[in-house]
Amino acid sequence: MSAGTGMPGTPDQPTVPEGTVVLGASDVARALTRIAHEIVERAKGAEDVVLLGIPTRGVTLAARLAQRLASIDPAFDPERDLGELDVTMYRDDLRRQPTRAVGVTRLPAAGIEGKTVVLVDDVLFSGRTIRAALDAIGDLGRPQAVRLACLVDRGHRELPIRPDFVGKNLPTAQTERVRVLLAEVDGTDAVVISGREPGAGAPVAPVAPVAPGAPAVEGGER
Amino acid sequence: MRHLLSTADLAKDEAIELLDTAAQMAATQSREIKKLPTLRGRTVVNLFFEDSTRTRISFETAAKRLSADVINFSAKGSSVSKGESLKDTALTLHAMGADAVVVRHWASGAPYQLAHAGWLDAAVLNAGDGTHMHPTQALLDAYTIRRHLGGHGGGLRRGGDDGVGADLAGLRVAIVGDVLHSRVARANVRLLRTLGAEVTLVAPPTLLPVGVEAWPCRTSYDLDATLADWQPDAVMMLRVQRERMSGGAGAFFPSPLEYTRYFGLDARRLAVLPAHSIVMHPGPMNRGLEISAEAADSDRAVIVEQVANGVAVRMAALYLLLSGSTEGTTL
Repeated sequence: MSAGTGMPGTPDQPTVPEGTVVLGASDVARALTRIAHEIVERAKGAEDVVLLGIPTRGVTLAARLAQRLASIDPAFDPERDLGELDVTMYRDDLRRQPTRAVGVTRLPAAGIEGKTVVLVDDVLFSGRTIRAALDAIGDLGRPQAVRLACLVDRGHRELPIRPDFVGKNLPTAQTERVRVLLAEVDGTDAVVISGREPGAGAPVAPVAPVAPGAPAVEGGER
Repeated sequence: MRHLLSTADLAKDEAIELLDTAAQMAATQSREIKKLPTLRGRTVVNLFFEDSTRTRISFETAAKRLSADVINFSAKGSSVSKGESLKDTALTLHAMGADAVVVRHWASGAPYQLAHAGWLDAAVLNAGDGTHMHPTQALLDAYTIRRHLGGHGGGLRRGGDDGVGADLAGLRVAIVGDVLHSRVARANVRLLRTLGAEVTLVAPPTLLPVGVEAWPCRTSYDLDATLADWQPDAVMMLRVQRERMSGGAGAFFPSPLEYTRYFGLDARRLAVLPAHSIVMHPGPMNRGLEISAEAADSDRAVIVEQVANGVAVRMAALYLLLSGSTEGTTL
Protein backbone atom coordinates (compact mmCIF):
# COMPACT_ATOMS: atom_id res chain seq x y z
CA MET A 1 0.00 0.00 0.00
CA SER A 2 1.45 3.30 -0.98
CA ALA A 3 0.11 6.81 -1.02
CA GLY A 4 -0.55 7.78 -4.61
CA THR A 5 -0.35 11.50 -4.10
CA GLY A 6 2.22 13.70 -2.50
CA MET A 7 5.18 11.48 -3.35
CA PRO A 8 7.02 13.29 -6.11
CA GLY A 9 9.51 11.22 -7.98
CA THR A 10 7.91 7.93 -7.05
CA PRO A 11 6.10 6.51 -10.06
CA ASP A 12 2.73 5.06 -9.14
CA GLN A 13 1.56 1.76 -10.44
CA PRO A 14 0.17 2.73 -13.82
CA THR A 15 -3.25 1.21 -13.18
CA VAL A 16 -3.85 2.83 -9.77
CA PRO A 17 -5.31 6.31 -10.12
CA GLU A 18 -4.25 9.04 -7.77
CA GLY A 19 -5.60 8.76 -4.27
CA THR A 20 -4.93 6.84 -1.11
CA VAL A 21 -4.96 3.07 -1.31
CA VAL A 22 -6.85 1.86 1.73
CA LEU A 23 -7.14 -1.82 0.85
CA GLY A 24 -4.57 -3.76 -1.15
CA ALA A 25 -4.99 -6.96 -3.10
CA SER A 26 -4.43 -9.25 -0.10
CA ASP A 27 -6.86 -7.22 2.04
CA VAL A 28 -9.54 -7.55 -0.63
CA ALA A 29 -8.94 -11.29 -0.86
CA ARG A 30 -9.15 -11.77 2.92
CA ALA A 31 -12.29 -9.65 3.18
CA LEU A 32 -14.02 -11.70 0.46
CA THR A 33 -13.03 -14.97 2.11
CA ARG A 34 -14.43 -13.77 5.43
CA ILE A 35 -17.66 -12.60 3.78
CA ALA A 36 -18.03 -15.99 2.10
CA HIS A 37 -17.72 -17.75 5.44
CA GLU A 38 -20.20 -15.37 7.03
CA ILE A 39 -22.71 -16.01 4.24
CA VAL A 40 -22.48 -19.77 4.79
CA GLU A 41 -22.69 -19.35 8.55
CA ARG A 42 -25.70 -17.08 8.37
CA ALA A 43 -27.55 -19.27 5.86
CA LYS A 44 -26.54 -22.48 7.71
CA GLY A 45 -25.00 -23.89 4.55
CA ALA A 46 -24.97 -22.61 1.00
CA GLU A 47 -27.67 -24.84 -0.43
CA ASP A 48 -30.33 -22.23 -1.15
CA VAL A 49 -27.99 -19.28 -1.57
CA VAL A 50 -28.09 -17.29 -4.80
CA LEU A 51 -25.52 -14.56 -5.41
CA LEU A 52 -26.64 -11.59 -7.48
CA GLY A 53 -23.96 -9.08 -8.44
CA ILE A 54 -24.90 -5.48 -9.20
CA PRO A 55 -23.04 -4.16 -12.28
CA THR A 56 -20.37 -3.50 -12.84
CA ARG A 57 -17.91 -4.29 -10.02
CA GLY A 58 -20.50 -6.15 -8.00
CA VAL A 59 -20.75 -8.76 -10.75
CA THR A 60 -17.02 -9.42 -10.55
CA LEU A 61 -17.11 -9.56 -6.77
CA ALA A 62 -20.05 -11.96 -6.86
CA ALA A 63 -18.12 -14.24 -9.21
CA ARG A 64 -15.19 -14.29 -6.78
CA LEU A 65 -17.48 -14.92 -3.82
CA ALA A 66 -19.08 -17.76 -5.75
CA GLN A 67 -15.73 -19.51 -6.10
CA ARG A 68 -15.10 -19.17 -2.38
CA LEU A 69 -18.59 -20.38 -1.45
CA ALA A 70 -18.13 -23.43 -3.65
CA SER A 71 -14.88 -24.30 -1.92
CA ILE A 72 -16.50 -23.90 1.52
CA ASP A 73 -19.71 -25.78 0.71
CA PRO A 74 -19.86 -28.00 -2.41
CA ALA A 75 -23.65 -27.66 -2.40
CA PHE A 76 -23.10 -24.23 -3.98
CA ASP A 77 -22.57 -24.37 -7.73
CA PRO A 78 -20.87 -21.21 -9.04
CA GLU A 79 -22.35 -21.83 -12.49
CA ARG A 80 -25.88 -22.46 -11.32
CA ASP A 81 -26.32 -20.11 -8.36
CA LEU A 82 -24.70 -16.94 -9.64
CA GLY A 83 -26.42 -14.12 -11.50
CA GLU A 84 -26.31 -10.43 -12.19
CA LEU A 85 -28.98 -7.84 -11.54
CA ASP A 86 -29.08 -4.59 -13.49
CA VAL A 87 -31.03 -1.96 -11.57
CA THR A 88 -30.87 0.89 -14.09
CA MET A 89 -34.57 0.86 -14.91
CA TYR A 90 -35.49 0.92 -11.21
CA ARG A 91 -33.33 3.89 -10.23
CA ASP A 92 -34.93 7.02 -8.78
CA ASP A 93 -32.38 9.42 -10.29
CA LEU A 94 -32.92 8.64 -13.99
CA ARG A 95 -34.15 12.16 -14.68
CA ARG A 96 -31.26 13.83 -12.87
CA GLN A 97 -28.47 12.21 -14.83
CA PRO A 98 -27.53 11.68 -18.45
CA THR A 99 -29.20 8.64 -19.94
CA ARG A 100 -27.71 5.44 -18.57
CA ALA A 101 -27.17 2.37 -20.69
CA VAL A 102 -29.31 -0.55 -19.57
CA GLY A 103 -27.20 -3.50 -18.45
CA VAL A 104 -27.74 -7.23 -18.52
CA THR A 105 -29.86 -9.04 -15.95
CA ARG A 106 -29.07 -12.74 -15.77
CA LEU A 107 -30.76 -14.93 -13.20
CA PRO A 108 -30.05 -18.52 -12.21
CA ALA A 109 -32.15 -20.90 -14.29
CA ALA A 110 -34.06 -22.01 -11.20
CA GLY A 111 -35.02 -18.41 -10.44
CA ILE A 112 -34.92 -16.80 -7.02
CA GLU A 113 -38.23 -18.05 -5.67
CA GLY A 114 -37.74 -19.25 -2.09
CA LYS A 115 -33.96 -18.79 -2.21
CA THR A 116 -31.71 -16.73 0.01
CA VAL A 117 -30.56 -13.97 -2.32
CA VAL A 118 -27.31 -12.25 -1.46
CA LEU A 119 -26.91 -8.95 -3.30
CA VAL A 120 -23.26 -8.11 -3.93
CA ASP A 121 -22.08 -4.54 -4.54
CA ASP A 122 -18.69 -2.89 -4.35
CA VAL A 123 -19.33 0.32 -2.40
CA LEU A 124 -22.38 0.90 -0.21
CA PHE A 125 -23.10 4.60 0.01
CA SER A 126 -26.51 6.30 -0.19
CA GLY A 127 -28.36 2.98 -0.33
CA ARG A 128 -30.36 4.07 -3.36
CA THR A 129 -28.88 1.44 -5.64
CA ILE A 130 -29.88 -1.22 -3.12
CA ARG A 131 -33.40 0.19 -2.91
CA ALA A 132 -33.60 -0.10 -6.70
CA ALA A 133 -32.25 -3.66 -6.48
CA LEU A 134 -34.89 -4.60 -3.90
CA ASP A 135 -37.60 -3.28 -6.23
CA ALA A 136 -36.10 -5.22 -9.13
CA ILE A 137 -36.05 -8.42 -7.05
CA GLY A 138 -39.67 -7.86 -6.10
CA ASP A 139 -40.57 -8.00 -9.79
CA LEU A 140 -38.54 -11.16 -10.36
CA GLY A 141 -39.89 -13.37 -7.62
CA ARG A 142 -40.25 -13.81 -3.89
CA PRO A 143 -37.02 -14.92 -2.29
CA GLN A 144 -37.04 -16.44 1.18
CA ALA A 145 -34.66 -13.68 2.29
CA VAL A 146 -32.55 -10.95 0.75
CA ARG A 147 -29.13 -10.13 2.24
CA LEU A 148 -26.60 -7.53 1.28
CA ALA A 149 -22.85 -7.96 0.96
CA CYS A 150 -20.54 -5.10 0.06
CA LEU A 151 -16.79 -4.76 -0.04
CA VAL A 152 -16.76 -1.22 1.34
CA ASP A 153 -19.33 0.56 3.49
CA ARG A 154 -18.54 4.24 3.34
CA GLY A 155 -21.52 5.48 5.31
CA HIS A 156 -23.79 8.44 4.43
CA ARG A 157 -26.93 6.37 3.97
CA GLU A 158 -29.97 8.23 2.67
CA LEU A 159 -32.32 5.31 3.18
CA PRO A 160 -32.83 2.86 6.04
CA ILE A 161 -30.66 0.14 4.52
CA ARG A 162 -27.98 -1.83 6.38
CA PRO A 163 -25.52 -4.34 4.97
CA ASP A 164 -25.34 -7.87 6.37
CA PHE A 165 -21.77 -8.58 5.28
CA VAL A 166 -19.14 -5.84 5.02
CA GLY A 167 -15.56 -6.12 3.83
CA LYS A 168 -14.46 -2.85 5.34
CA ASN A 169 -16.16 0.08 7.06
CA LEU A 170 -14.57 3.20 5.71
CA PRO A 171 -15.40 6.57 7.28
CA THR A 172 -15.35 9.12 4.49
CA ALA A 173 -16.30 12.70 3.79
CA GLN A 174 -19.12 13.48 1.39
CA THR A 175 -16.72 15.04 -1.11
CA GLU A 176 -14.41 12.04 -1.29
CA ARG A 177 -14.57 9.42 -3.95
CA VAL A 178 -14.16 5.73 -3.14
CA ARG A 179 -13.27 3.39 -5.95
CA VAL A 180 -12.94 -0.36 -5.94
CA LEU A 181 -10.47 -1.63 -8.51
CA LEU A 182 -10.58 -5.29 -9.47
CA ALA A 183 -8.06 -7.24 -11.47
CA GLU A 184 -10.65 -8.51 -13.97
CA VAL A 185 -11.71 -4.98 -14.91
CA ASP A 186 -8.92 -2.63 -13.84
CA GLY A 187 -5.85 -4.87 -13.86
CA THR A 188 -5.27 -4.65 -10.11
CA ASP A 189 -7.08 -5.19 -6.82
CA ALA A 190 -7.34 -2.14 -4.58
CA VAL A 191 -9.73 0.20 -2.82
CA VAL A 192 -8.75 3.84 -3.42
CA ILE A 193 -9.98 7.05 -1.81
CA SER A 194 -9.43 10.25 -3.73
CA GLY A 195 -10.55 13.85 -3.31
CA ARG A 196 -9.50 13.84 0.35
CA GLU A 197 -8.81 17.38 1.52
CA PRO A 198 -5.21 17.80 2.71
CA GLY A 199 -4.96 18.15 6.46
CA ALA A 200 -8.54 17.12 6.97
CA GLY A 201 -7.33 14.71 9.59
CA ALA A 202 -9.36 11.82 8.22
CA PRO A 203 -7.76 8.52 8.96
CA VAL A 204 -5.50 7.00 6.36
CA ALA A 205 -5.29 3.24 6.10
CA PRO A 206 -5.52 1.20 8.16
CA VAL A 207 -8.90 2.45 9.31
CA ALA A 208 -10.16 1.43 12.69
CA PRO A 209 -13.00 -1.06 12.26
CA VAL A 210 -16.48 0.27 12.85
CA ALA A 211 -19.40 -1.92 13.79
CA PRO A 212 -21.71 -2.61 10.84
CA GLY A 213 -24.49 -0.11 10.69
CA ALA A 214 -22.71 2.37 12.91
CA PRO A 215 -23.65 5.90 11.95
CA ALA A 216 -21.12 7.62 9.76
CA VAL A 217 -19.75 10.96 10.76
CA GLU A 218 -20.31 12.75 7.49
CA GLY A 219 -22.01 12.12 4.14
CA GLY A 220 -20.38 11.35 0.80
CA GLU A 221 -20.82 10.36 -2.82
CA ARG A 222 -19.22 7.42 -4.45
CA MET B 1 -30.88 11.97 -28.34
CA ARG B 2 -33.82 14.36 -28.05
CA HIS B 3 -36.16 13.22 -30.83
CA LEU B 4 -36.36 10.18 -33.07
CA LEU B 5 -37.38 11.57 -36.44
CA SER B 6 -35.34 9.84 -39.10
CA THR B 7 -32.90 6.97 -39.39
CA ALA B 8 -30.72 9.18 -41.58
CA ASP B 9 -29.77 11.19 -38.47
CA LEU B 10 -28.74 8.13 -36.44
CA ALA B 11 -25.02 7.58 -36.04
CA LYS B 12 -23.81 4.01 -35.96
CA ASP B 13 -23.05 4.01 -32.23
CA GLU B 14 -26.47 5.51 -31.46
CA ALA B 15 -28.18 2.88 -33.57
CA ILE B 16 -26.27 0.08 -31.86
CA GLU B 17 -27.03 1.57 -28.43
CA LEU B 18 -30.72 1.55 -29.36
CA LEU B 19 -30.58 -2.07 -30.51
CA ASP B 20 -28.64 -3.14 -27.42
CA THR B 21 -31.13 -1.39 -25.14
CA ALA B 22 -33.92 -3.11 -27.07
CA ALA B 23 -32.25 -6.46 -26.36
CA GLN B 24 -32.37 -5.76 -22.61
CA MET B 25 -35.98 -4.60 -22.90
CA ALA B 26 -36.84 -7.79 -24.78
CA ALA B 27 -35.27 -9.81 -21.95
CA THR B 28 -37.64 -8.20 -19.45
CA GLN B 29 -40.63 -9.13 -21.60
CA SER B 30 -40.20 -12.84 -20.95
CA ARG B 31 -40.69 -12.32 -17.21
CA GLU B 32 -43.85 -12.92 -15.30
CA ILE B 33 -44.05 -9.24 -14.33
CA LYS B 34 -43.36 -7.36 -17.55
CA LYS B 35 -43.92 -3.88 -16.22
CA LEU B 36 -40.96 -1.70 -15.27
CA PRO B 37 -41.26 1.46 -13.16
CA THR B 38 -38.82 3.38 -15.35
CA LEU B 39 -41.08 6.09 -16.82
CA ARG B 40 -43.51 6.38 -13.91
CA GLY B 41 -45.32 9.70 -14.01
CA ARG B 42 -44.37 10.55 -17.57
CA THR B 43 -47.04 11.06 -20.20
CA VAL B 44 -46.81 9.70 -23.73
CA VAL B 45 -49.32 10.92 -26.30
CA ASN B 46 -50.02 8.79 -29.36
CA LEU B 47 -50.96 11.31 -32.02
CA PHE B 48 -52.23 9.42 -35.05
CA PHE B 49 -53.42 11.33 -38.08
CA GLU B 50 -53.38 8.16 -40.17
CA ASP B 51 -54.83 4.72 -39.57
CA SER B 52 -52.59 2.27 -37.81
CA THR B 53 -53.13 -0.85 -35.79
CA ARG B 54 -49.83 -2.44 -34.99
CA THR B 55 -47.69 0.65 -34.64
CA ARG B 56 -50.12 2.38 -32.30
CA ILE B 57 -50.73 -0.71 -30.20
CA SER B 58 -47.01 -1.41 -30.15
CA PHE B 59 -46.17 2.10 -28.92
CA GLU B 60 -48.99 1.95 -26.40
CA THR B 61 -47.80 -1.41 -25.08
CA ALA B 62 -44.20 -0.17 -24.92
CA ALA B 63 -45.15 2.97 -22.97
CA LYS B 64 -47.36 1.01 -20.57
CA ARG B 65 -44.68 -1.62 -19.95
CA LEU B 66 -42.45 1.27 -18.82
CA SER B 67 -45.25 2.58 -16.55
CA ALA B 68 -45.83 5.78 -18.53
CA ASP B 69 -49.34 7.17 -18.86
CA VAL B 70 -50.64 6.86 -22.41
CA ILE B 71 -53.12 9.13 -24.10
CA ASN B 72 -54.37 8.02 -27.50
CA PHE B 73 -55.38 10.62 -29.96
CA SER B 74 -56.57 9.78 -33.43
CA ALA B 75 -57.58 12.34 -36.00
CA LYS B 76 -60.91 10.66 -36.58
CA GLY B 77 -63.39 11.80 -34.01
CA SER B 78 -61.18 14.62 -32.73
CA SER B 79 -61.08 18.35 -33.32
CA VAL B 80 -58.83 17.69 -36.30
CA SER B 81 -61.92 16.60 -38.21
CA LYS B 82 -63.36 20.03 -37.34
CA GLY B 83 -60.36 21.63 -39.03
CA GLU B 84 -57.90 22.14 -36.16
CA SER B 85 -54.36 22.68 -37.40
CA LEU B 86 -51.31 20.66 -36.38
CA LYS B 87 -50.04 23.71 -34.52
CA ASP B 88 -53.15 24.08 -32.39
CA THR B 89 -53.17 20.38 -31.65
CA ALA B 90 -49.52 20.63 -30.59
CA LEU B 91 -50.22 23.62 -28.33
CA THR B 92 -53.05 21.68 -26.71
CA LEU B 93 -50.72 18.76 -26.03
CA HIS B 94 -48.12 21.15 -24.65
CA ALA B 95 -50.68 22.64 -22.29
CA MET B 96 -51.53 19.14 -21.07
CA GLY B 97 -47.89 18.47 -20.25
CA ALA B 98 -47.01 15.64 -22.62
CA ASP B 99 -43.45 14.36 -22.16
CA ALA B 100 -43.33 12.49 -25.45
CA VAL B 101 -45.44 12.65 -28.57
CA VAL B 102 -45.59 9.69 -30.89
CA VAL B 103 -46.81 11.05 -34.19
CA ARG B 104 -47.99 9.43 -37.38
CA HIS B 105 -49.01 11.79 -40.12
CA TRP B 106 -49.91 11.51 -43.80
CA ALA B 107 -47.66 14.47 -44.59
CA SER B 108 -43.92 13.83 -44.91
CA GLY B 109 -42.09 16.10 -42.47
CA ALA B 110 -44.94 16.65 -40.02
CA PRO B 111 -42.97 15.13 -37.10
CA TYR B 112 -40.00 17.34 -37.96
CA GLN B 113 -42.26 20.38 -37.90
CA LEU B 114 -43.69 19.30 -34.57
CA ALA B 115 -40.22 18.82 -33.09
CA HIS B 116 -38.63 22.00 -34.38
CA ALA B 117 -41.36 24.62 -34.60
CA GLY B 118 -41.17 25.40 -30.89
CA TRP B 119 -44.78 24.48 -30.20
CA LEU B 120 -43.87 21.68 -27.86
CA ASP B 121 -40.99 20.82 -25.58
CA ALA B 122 -41.76 17.11 -25.59
CA ALA B 123 -39.67 14.44 -27.27
CA VAL B 124 -41.11 13.62 -30.68
CA LEU B 125 -41.05 10.08 -32.04
CA ASN B 126 -41.86 9.62 -35.68
CA ALA B 127 -44.25 6.70 -36.11
CA GLY B 128 -44.38 7.13 -39.87
CA ASP B 129 -44.78 10.30 -41.90
CA GLY B 130 -46.11 10.20 -45.45
CA THR B 131 -43.62 8.51 -47.73
CA HIS B 132 -40.64 9.80 -45.74
CA MET B 133 -39.54 7.79 -42.69
CA HIS B 134 -40.63 5.16 -40.19
CA PRO B 135 -37.60 4.90 -37.90
CA THR B 136 -38.93 2.48 -35.27
CA GLN B 137 -39.96 0.03 -37.99
CA ALA B 138 -36.47 0.15 -39.48
CA LEU B 139 -34.95 -0.32 -36.02
CA LEU B 140 -37.10 -3.34 -35.27
CA ASP B 141 -36.20 -4.78 -38.67
CA ALA B 142 -32.51 -4.24 -37.95
CA TYR B 143 -32.98 -5.76 -34.49
CA THR B 144 -34.69 -8.81 -35.98
CA ILE B 145 -31.97 -9.23 -38.61
CA ARG B 146 -29.27 -8.89 -35.98
CA ARG B 147 -30.90 -11.44 -33.67
CA HIS B 148 -30.97 -14.02 -36.43
CA LEU B 149 -27.92 -13.20 -38.48
CA GLY B 150 -25.74 -10.85 -36.42
CA GLY B 151 -22.13 -11.74 -37.01
CA HIS B 152 -23.10 -14.20 -39.75
CA GLY B 153 -21.50 -12.27 -42.57
CA GLY B 154 -18.38 -11.41 -40.62
CA GLY B 155 -19.97 -8.57 -38.67
CA LEU B 156 -18.65 -7.86 -35.20
CA ARG B 157 -20.36 -10.31 -32.92
CA ARG B 158 -19.02 -9.66 -29.46
CA GLY B 159 -21.82 -10.18 -27.03
CA GLY B 160 -24.43 -12.75 -26.14
CA ASP B 161 -26.83 -14.83 -28.15
CA ASP B 162 -28.86 -11.98 -29.56
CA GLY B 163 -25.92 -10.33 -31.28
CA VAL B 164 -25.67 -7.57 -28.64
CA GLY B 165 -23.03 -5.03 -29.55
CA ALA B 166 -22.79 -6.26 -33.13
CA ASP B 167 -23.47 -4.33 -36.31
CA LEU B 168 -24.76 -5.80 -39.57
CA ALA B 169 -21.52 -5.58 -41.55
CA GLY B 170 -21.43 -7.82 -44.60
CA LEU B 171 -25.09 -8.84 -44.52
CA ARG B 172 -27.17 -8.60 -47.69
CA VAL B 173 -30.75 -7.42 -47.50
CA ALA B 174 -33.14 -7.36 -50.46
CA ILE B 175 -36.09 -4.99 -50.11
CA VAL B 176 -38.77 -6.00 -52.60
CA GLY B 177 -41.90 -4.29 -53.80
CA ASP B 178 -43.54 -0.90 -53.57
CA VAL B 179 -40.48 1.21 -52.77
CA LEU B 180 -42.07 4.32 -54.23
CA HIS B 181 -44.70 4.69 -51.50
CA SER B 182 -42.71 3.04 -48.74
CA ARG B 183 -41.37 4.95 -45.77
CA VAL B 184 -40.28 1.59 -44.39
CA ALA B 185 -37.93 1.11 -47.35
CA ARG B 186 -36.48 4.61 -47.01
CA ALA B 187 -35.91 4.23 -43.29
CA ASN B 188 -34.40 0.78 -43.76
CA VAL B 189 -32.02 1.76 -46.56
CA ARG B 190 -30.48 4.46 -44.38
CA LEU B 191 -30.30 2.45 -41.18
CA LEU B 192 -29.04 -0.79 -42.71
CA ARG B 193 -26.38 1.16 -44.58
CA THR B 194 -25.32 2.89 -41.33
CA LEU B 195 -25.03 -0.51 -39.69
CA GLY B 196 -22.87 -1.82 -42.51
CA ALA B 197 -25.31 -4.03 -44.45
CA GLU B 198 -25.69 -3.98 -48.22
CA VAL B 199 -29.15 -3.29 -49.59
CA THR B 200 -30.69 -4.05 -52.97
CA LEU B 201 -34.09 -2.62 -53.84
CA VAL B 202 -36.12 -4.82 -56.18
CA ALA B 203 -39.20 -3.31 -57.80
CA PRO B 204 -40.84 -2.65 -61.13
CA PRO B 205 -39.52 0.60 -62.64
CA THR B 206 -42.83 2.31 -61.94
CA LEU B 207 -42.52 1.65 -58.21
CA LEU B 208 -38.99 3.02 -57.79
CA PRO B 209 -38.87 6.71 -56.92
CA VAL B 210 -37.14 9.33 -59.04
CA GLY B 211 -33.66 9.91 -57.65
CA VAL B 212 -33.26 6.40 -56.21
CA GLU B 213 -29.80 6.21 -57.80
CA ALA B 214 -28.61 8.68 -55.16
CA TRP B 215 -29.62 6.34 -52.31
CA PRO B 216 -26.86 4.27 -50.72
CA CYS B 217 -28.07 0.99 -52.25
CA ARG B 218 -28.38 -0.90 -55.54
CA THR B 219 -31.55 -1.39 -57.49
CA SER B 220 -32.82 -4.21 -59.65
CA TYR B 221 -35.95 -4.89 -61.71
CA ASP B 222 -35.45 -8.66 -61.58
CA LEU B 223 -36.36 -10.51 -58.38
CA ASP B 224 -35.35 -13.97 -59.63
CA ALA B 225 -31.88 -12.81 -60.66
CA THR B 226 -31.35 -10.96 -57.37
CA LEU B 227 -32.35 -13.96 -55.28
CA ALA B 228 -30.30 -16.44 -57.33
CA ASP B 229 -27.16 -14.41 -58.03
CA TRP B 230 -26.89 -12.08 -55.06
CA GLN B 231 -28.06 -14.60 -52.41
CA PRO B 232 -29.47 -12.14 -49.85
CA ASP B 233 -29.37 -13.04 -46.14
CA ALA B 234 -32.73 -11.36 -45.54
CA VAL B 235 -35.61 -10.63 -47.88
CA MET B 236 -37.96 -7.87 -46.85
CA MET B 237 -41.25 -7.83 -48.74
CA LEU B 238 -43.05 -4.50 -48.85
CA ARG B 239 -46.80 -4.11 -48.90
CA VAL B 240 -48.29 -2.92 -52.17
CA GLN B 241 -49.91 0.27 -50.90
CA ARG B 242 -53.02 0.35 -52.98
CA GLU B 243 -54.52 3.15 -50.92
CA ARG B 244 -51.74 5.43 -52.11
CA MET B 245 -52.11 4.41 -55.76
CA SER B 246 -54.57 6.81 -57.30
CA GLY B 247 -56.61 5.13 -59.99
CA GLY B 248 -56.12 1.70 -58.46
CA ALA B 249 -53.26 -0.72 -58.82
CA GLY B 250 -53.49 -0.52 -62.58
CA ALA B 251 -51.73 2.84 -62.54
CA PHE B 252 -48.40 1.24 -61.56
CA PHE B 253 -48.53 -2.29 -62.89
CA PRO B 254 -50.74 -4.00 -65.45
CA SER B 255 -52.42 -6.45 -63.10
CA PRO B 256 -52.05 -7.88 -59.61
CA LEU B 257 -51.44 -11.29 -61.16
CA GLU B 258 -48.52 -9.97 -63.20
CA TYR B 259 -47.08 -8.26 -60.13
CA THR B 260 -47.27 -11.53 -58.20
CA ARG B 261 -45.58 -13.43 -61.06
CA TYR B 262 -42.63 -11.04 -61.21
CA PHE B 263 -42.29 -9.68 -57.68
CA GLY B 264 -44.21 -11.98 -55.32
CA LEU B 265 -42.34 -14.22 -52.91
CA ASP B 266 -43.58 -17.81 -53.21
CA ALA B 267 -42.32 -21.27 -52.31
CA ARG B 268 -40.29 -21.57 -55.54
CA ARG B 269 -38.39 -18.34 -54.90
CA LEU B 270 -37.99 -19.25 -51.23
CA ALA B 271 -36.16 -22.42 -52.29
CA VAL B 272 -33.56 -20.36 -54.18
CA LEU B 273 -32.53 -18.48 -51.03
CA PRO B 274 -29.59 -19.51 -48.82
CA ALA B 275 -30.59 -21.87 -46.00
CA HIS B 276 -29.98 -19.32 -43.24
CA SER B 277 -31.93 -16.50 -44.87
CA ILE B 278 -35.01 -14.95 -43.27
CA VAL B 279 -38.20 -13.53 -44.74
CA MET B 280 -39.58 -10.29 -43.36
CA HIS B 281 -42.65 -8.15 -43.93
CA PRO B 282 -43.57 -4.94 -42.08
CA GLY B 283 -47.27 -5.85 -42.25
CA PRO B 284 -50.09 -5.75 -42.91
CA MET B 285 -49.58 -8.40 -45.58
CA ASN B 286 -51.49 -8.74 -48.82
CA ARG B 287 -51.37 -12.52 -48.92
CA GLY B 288 -51.37 -13.75 -52.47
CA LEU B 289 -50.11 -10.43 -53.85
CA GLU B 290 -46.58 -9.64 -52.67
CA ILE B 291 -46.18 -12.77 -50.54
CA SER B 292 -47.75 -16.20 -50.86
CA ALA B 293 -49.23 -18.00 -47.89
CA GLU B 294 -46.46 -20.65 -48.08
CA ALA B 295 -43.77 -17.99 -47.82
CA ALA B 296 -45.57 -16.06 -45.09
CA ASP B 297 -46.11 -19.17 -42.97
CA SER B 298 -42.78 -20.88 -43.62
CA ASP B 299 -40.33 -21.33 -40.76
CA ARG B 300 -38.02 -18.82 -42.46
CA ALA B 301 -40.61 -16.09 -41.96
CA VAL B 302 -39.98 -13.92 -38.89
CA ILE B 303 -42.99 -11.69 -39.47
CA VAL B 304 -44.70 -12.39 -36.15
CA GLU B 305 -41.42 -11.99 -34.32
CA GLN B 306 -41.01 -8.58 -35.92
CA VAL B 307 -44.18 -7.47 -34.13
CA ALA B 308 -42.88 -8.71 -30.77
CA ASN B 309 -39.53 -7.04 -31.34
CA GLY B 310 -41.38 -3.82 -32.17
CA VAL B 311 -42.47 -3.50 -28.53
CA ALA B 312 -38.90 -3.95 -27.26
CA VAL B 313 -37.47 -1.46 -29.78
CA ARG B 314 -40.12 1.13 -28.94
CA MET B 315 -39.48 0.63 -25.21
CA ALA B 316 -35.82 1.28 -25.91
CA ALA B 317 -36.59 4.42 -27.90
CA LEU B 318 -38.92 5.76 -25.20
CA TYR B 319 -36.38 4.94 -22.50
CA LEU B 320 -33.49 6.61 -24.28
CA LEU B 321 -35.54 9.71 -25.12
CA LEU B 322 -37.34 10.14 -21.80
CA SER B 323 -34.90 9.07 -19.13
CA GLY B 324 -31.91 11.21 -18.45
CA SER B 325 -31.79 14.91 -17.81
CA THR B 326 -33.49 17.03 -20.42
CA GLU B 327 -30.34 18.74 -21.64
CA GLY B 328 -29.98 16.48 -24.65
CA THR B 329 -28.87 17.16 -28.16
CA THR B 330 -31.31 17.22 -31.01
CA LEU B 331 -30.86 14.38 -33.39
